[in-house]
Amino acid sequence: MEVRKAFASTLQNLMEKNEKILMLDADLAKAGGTFNLRQVFPDRAIDCGIAESNMVSVAAGLSAYGYIPFVSTFAPFLARRTFDQIAVSVVYAGQNVKLIGMDPGIAAELNGGTHMSFEDIAAMRALSNMVVFEPVDATQMALALPQIIDYNGPVYIRMFRKETPDVFNRPDYKFDLFKADTIKEGKDISIFVSGLLTADTVAAAEILAKEGIDAEVINIHTIKPIDQKAVLDSAKKTGRVLTVENHNKFGGLFGAVSELLSEKLPTKCAYVAIEDKLGVVGKLAELKEHYGLTTQDIVKKAKSVF
Amino acid sequence: MDFKAKTKEIRRLTLSCIASIGVGHVGGCMSIAEVLSVLYSKHMRVDPNNPDKQGRDRLVISKGHAGPALYATLASFGYFDKKELLTLNRLGTSLPSHCNMQLTPGVDMTAGSLGQGISCGVGLALGSKLNKDGARIYVIVGDGENQEGQVWEAAMLSAHKKLDNFTVFVDNNKMQIDGLTKDVVNIESIADKWRAFGFEVMEVDGHNENAIDEAITQAKTVEGKPTCIVLNTVKGYGVSIFEKMGFANHSTAVSAELLEASLKELED
Repeated sequence: MEVRKAFASTLQNLMEKNEKILMLDADLAKAGGTFNLRQVFPDRAIDCGIAESNMVSVAAGLSAYGYIPFVSTFAPFLARRTFDQIAVSVVYAGQNVKLIGMDPGIAAELNGGTHMSFEDIAAMRALSNMVVFEPVDATQMALALPQIIDYNGPVYIRMFRKETPDVFNRPDYKFDLFKADTIKEGKDISIFVSGLLTADTVAAAEILAKEGIDAEVINIHTIKPIDQKAVLDSAKKTGRVLTVENHNKFGGLFGAVSELLSEKLPTKCAYVAIEDKLGVVGKLAELKEHYGLTTQDIVKKAKSVF
Repeated sequence: MDFKAKTKEIRRLTLSCIASIGVGHVGGCMSIAEVLSVLYSKHMRVDPNNPDKQGRDRLVISKGHAGPALYATLASFGYFDKKELLTLNRLGTSLPSHCNMQLTPGVDMTAGSLGQGISCGVGLALGSKLNKDGARIYVIVGDGENQEGQVWEAAMLSAHKKLDNFTVFVDNNKMQIDGLTKDVVNIESIADKWRAFGFEVMEVDGHNENAIDEAITQAKTVEGKPTCIVLNTVKGYGVSIFEKMGFANHSTAVSAELLEASLKELED
């Protein structure tokens, strides 16, 4: 299922139950899957036009009035263009605004470098008290939404919006916004992965298993605050760490894991991430090749810490 | 209604507040004393004993550096003890130079990064419309602040949403930090710009309380669109020494001697 469909249908259910929830878009409601909410809630699903900075501050005002506004646009237009509005109108003003950054990193595909956010996790993570969440699939997105709404404070949701492999679509899956998900237990290396590259990482672990390496795969869906116990327990067990993310190697998941390990459990840590490069146009598979984010790259980098 | 005594008190308290730390944004505080006096004496439906009351009218000082003028007003109307004014900008104070809604009773929105406060005000006005509570939302923007693109994004949306509960005051004191606004980046004609963005526009002498009172009263009768009241003001108004400084009064020292002389000039 497309992640945006899971988002919009879950949000619609929640908006029916809670009249304080609002949806604000900036002329990307069709891309974000929220356009039809306007038919159900004509006053509560609002198009702010192509004016993202204004939209974020308007959302802060609505929050100050007691509402729980979601704002949505492409990730760079939030994390880059409206960084100051998020920092001042939302974070510093203590407002409860939920921020959806769509098409993070290489997910911008054919829109190319202007639309590619390789730095949004770093930017959002550096804001005091900001929760940074990156769903893997439609199941995780749908389960996360009620918890994101119950949480009183700003949350950055780094949302891949299209069809993506199901990783968590199983009946026994329980989601906790502040707890990492162990996808596969292992003893030789801990692989921490967020978002888009999770299925590739699971595939890489299967290849590693055939080569005699028993990898533990843990999905860090919430990069801030990171589940310290999950990271430290696993790293202690395996003694080797690899991080995998669709983001610059600076300031993202590799940064978050390295900061924690360097303070509490110094451990050899490798990464699969964008090597401080600019965005380019291309299709997802091509971009994974271009930036070294393929299953084979994950296998290779995992072996590098042995 | 005679607003003059209240206006003078706001100016005295503002300068005492700034003088307590020795320096501050004098010019843009002094230019908005009249509008604050009129709003809180007559128009704002608020309760100083219950500053967070739901459905109250709200004011956003989008030119957030005018915090001391708002603090003086709030203290004068009983939101907190006037002695608090002497803690301005001391570490741990509830009165920072730029307005912070998390710290100060009666401050309805945090502002300081210019252009954002007016957008927050649009959010408040939308919130009131959704709540159907009849609240009115007032925003004060600086004239120089009109150079921020976000101001016009906010203006466009508020007119599109027909927010007739929304009133923007432009403090047209014609000066900014680097010089006269017409020399830095000219924003005239302000009234024409706001009119073109879909606002009902009025221009008044920003130091004439009765004119401001009439404009606000008229704004309440406008239906289907927001109102902009351009306040033609003098930066530093009310104390000759600050007026004479011109744009240098944006942020300036206020010594004990200068305060004493100013308070004399502002006696009832």
